Amino acid sequence: MSLRTLPLVFINLGGEMLYILDQRLRAHNTSEDKSEKGVWSESDRKRVLNDIVGTMFSKSFMDELLKPQQLYSHRTMKTVLTRLAHTSIMKLNPASMDKLYELMIMAFKYQVFLCPRPKDLLLISYNHIDTIREFVRDTPVVLNQVDETHRNIIEVYSSLSEGQFQLLRQTLLIFFQDMHIRVSLFLKNQIQNPSGRFVLTTSGPVPYGVDVPGLIRTFDLRGREVSRSEFPAGGAYSGLVREGSFDLNGDRVLRLGRNLYRVDHPEETQTSRTPSVQQPDSTPNPLAKEELNQLARLMGSMKAENVPIGEPQFRINLFTTDQEEEAASGGEQEAMFQVISIQAVQDEQAASELARIAGQFTDEEEKLENPSSNKGDDLLALMDDL
Amino acid sequence: MYHKEKSIQIKNSASALYNNLSVLRIAPRRLTYFTVVHANVVNTVSASWDGLNYSHRQLQSKEPNVATSTSLIMQAAFCVLPSRDLLVVSSQKGIQMYESDGSIMVYWHALDTPEAPTAQAVFARGISAVSDNYICVGVSSGAVLVFDIPSKGSNITLSEVLEEHKEAITDIASECSGSQECLANLVTADDGGSMCVWKSGEEFQLLNKIPGLDITCSSVKLWKGTVLAGYGTGQIRLYEAVTGILHAEVNAHARWIYSLDIAPFSGLLLSAAEDSFVRVWHLSMTPETNSVEIAHLHNECVTDTQICGAKFCDGDGYAFAVTGYDLSEIIRYVQS
Repeated sequence: MSLRTLPLVFINLGGEMLYILDQRLRAHNTSEDKSEKGVWSESDRKRVLNDIVGTMFSKSFMDELLKPQQLYSHRTMKTVLTRLAHTSIMKLNPASMDKLYELMIMAFKYQVFLCPRPKDLLLISYNHIDTIREFVRDTPVVLNQVDETHRNIIEVYSSLSEGQFQLLRQTLLIFFQDMHIRVSLFLKNQIQNPSGRFVLTTSGPVPYGVDVPGLIRTFDLRGREVSRSEFPAGGAYSGLVREGSFDLNGDRVLRLGRNLYRVDHPEETQTSRTPSVQQPDSTPNPLAKEELNQLARLMGSMKAENVPIGEPQFRINLFTTDQEEEAASGGEQEAMFQVISIQAVQDEQAASELARIAGQFTDEEEKLENPSSNKGDDLLALMDDL
Repeated sequence: MYHKEKSIQIKNSASALYNNLSVLRIAPRRLTYFTVVHANVVNTVSASWDGLNYSHRQLQSKEPNVATSTSLIMQAAFCVLPSRDLLVVSSQKGIQMYESDGSIMVYWHALDTPEAPTAQAVFARGISAVSDNYICVGVSSGAVLVFDIPSKGSNITLSEVLEEHKEAITDIASECSGSQECLANLVTADDGGSMCVWKSGEEFQLLNKIPGLDITCSSVKLWKGTVLAGYGTGQIRLYEAVTGILHAEVNAHARWIYSLDIAPFSGLLLSAAEDSFVRVWHLSMTPETNSVEIAHLHNECVTDTQICGAKFCDGDGYAFAVTGYDLSEIIRYVQS
């Protein structure tokens, strides 16, 4: 449907990822065991955040995203976000990355679902950008990239109508459809029900530009108001909310998109699946070929590795203790997770290999009548190894 | 006034699309068909009136002869013509028409794809039967395609393209099929809230244009020469179709309206929105002032649900059905 979803998707999902990483890396800092393995210093944490933001907001990456194109599948999205998460000295094991993705997705789903007006998707994105700016305020080069991207976003999206924003939102809602993973932070704050569905209140302020329901007005042939009557709207709505700022800076007013993880409570990043939930689609997608091309272009446009060869990288179980991992999994997973080291060198090789193979693919695409080929399967398998 | 009845389970949850529910009542067979869109699949359920038999069918929007090409569907709607009923599915790729039970596809029309990729999405949305032998479908460019439908068979042709709207079509509605004579029998609405009023024929005639206020009109209905329009601001407006005179304005919902429906025999109006409310209204014509009045009758709240489809199940409004985003059921309400 909408061809303009990707920049907003990456800013918001990427933003949520940074919020969570920031909180988890701070949590690791409070380890009592002072050995090197367990402790992340403040400079380490800032390094990771700066590296990821630098890659995500790089001109080449953002330019690629800004090209009108369809939204990716979950599989492709997760691959790119995994790559983004690994552009620094921190490496996540697959289980951590899975949980991270779940948290990111459910947070963004919540924001899109509750977004008061479709245009407010921009305010949500700007809330993320504002906090990202805070993370990188000590690094002028990266800060500049963020500002530049923000200006581009403002320019591109200011011409969209409300109807087009609603189409964008509807496209995102299809992407999130049937995902009801419970997040302990949301359950605790009572914005999510035990069923996994979000709470939609029938009280509170109406969106800017909307009138409180309850009034019927009739007019005569000349357009003069003839009568007014009220009807029971069955809710407790109020009016008068300010409009947030759509500029580079300013009060966004809207709270959606702000950092919910500021307070340091490890258990708030637990997720659990509801019994009858459907998994996000991880089956091979018949259109994977087209997406692989997009993916290869996107990976190719990402900044080269931020870590010089020889500098140590650190593996991390994002959700600390094994106990917590088990509790969080709700006993549904079968085995204990193993920490798998994904080294920088392999990554780079994989990315360039991917780009090369995808390049071959675009030439041969027209000749192939049957889209499902062994090459496609190999590429998908290669992605799984990342 | 209404109470909730047993819901009908559907195979997939409903997607957040305007007017995402269509109902077809087949009295001779004591059946009602329901159709709901989920991403690239159309779910149809056939429900017997005694509540004992439900049969499901799923359709995918696929280009014929292309094995894997699928696309997102914007709307699926039943079109009732004197001689036949069709199920019309509009998607990113084009328009498909099936027999009403979804068993056979009788027609496929591909949308023109632009040569160079543009930033504008391309899709078809807005479906209505018009008069005795036409089906109109809207397009994202603002064009309205008019198809000529023979009384049987698949010799369906594109008879005319109406190019009056500048923004993507959101919904289309008509009245006065069969023997009734009407001045205006078609209304088309777009993303900017503009509406066009037409008279059908070999060449469709534009009777009036009601300008929009940059607020999307997501759902529109036509009843006794009155246009009923639902907007993104949660308002419902009643206009006289041929003159564009505003009769009434209702601050009906706290969020975007996704669906309006009319029960033509009783003058009942149904409105549903993202605020989780479905409301029932009564319309009455006042011949002295030559205008229409609207009165509120009833509310239903579907907890924590953004409603995307609401339709009466019969012409009197005795029962209505509702769908919501992420909900895998069709909720039904019946008059007490």
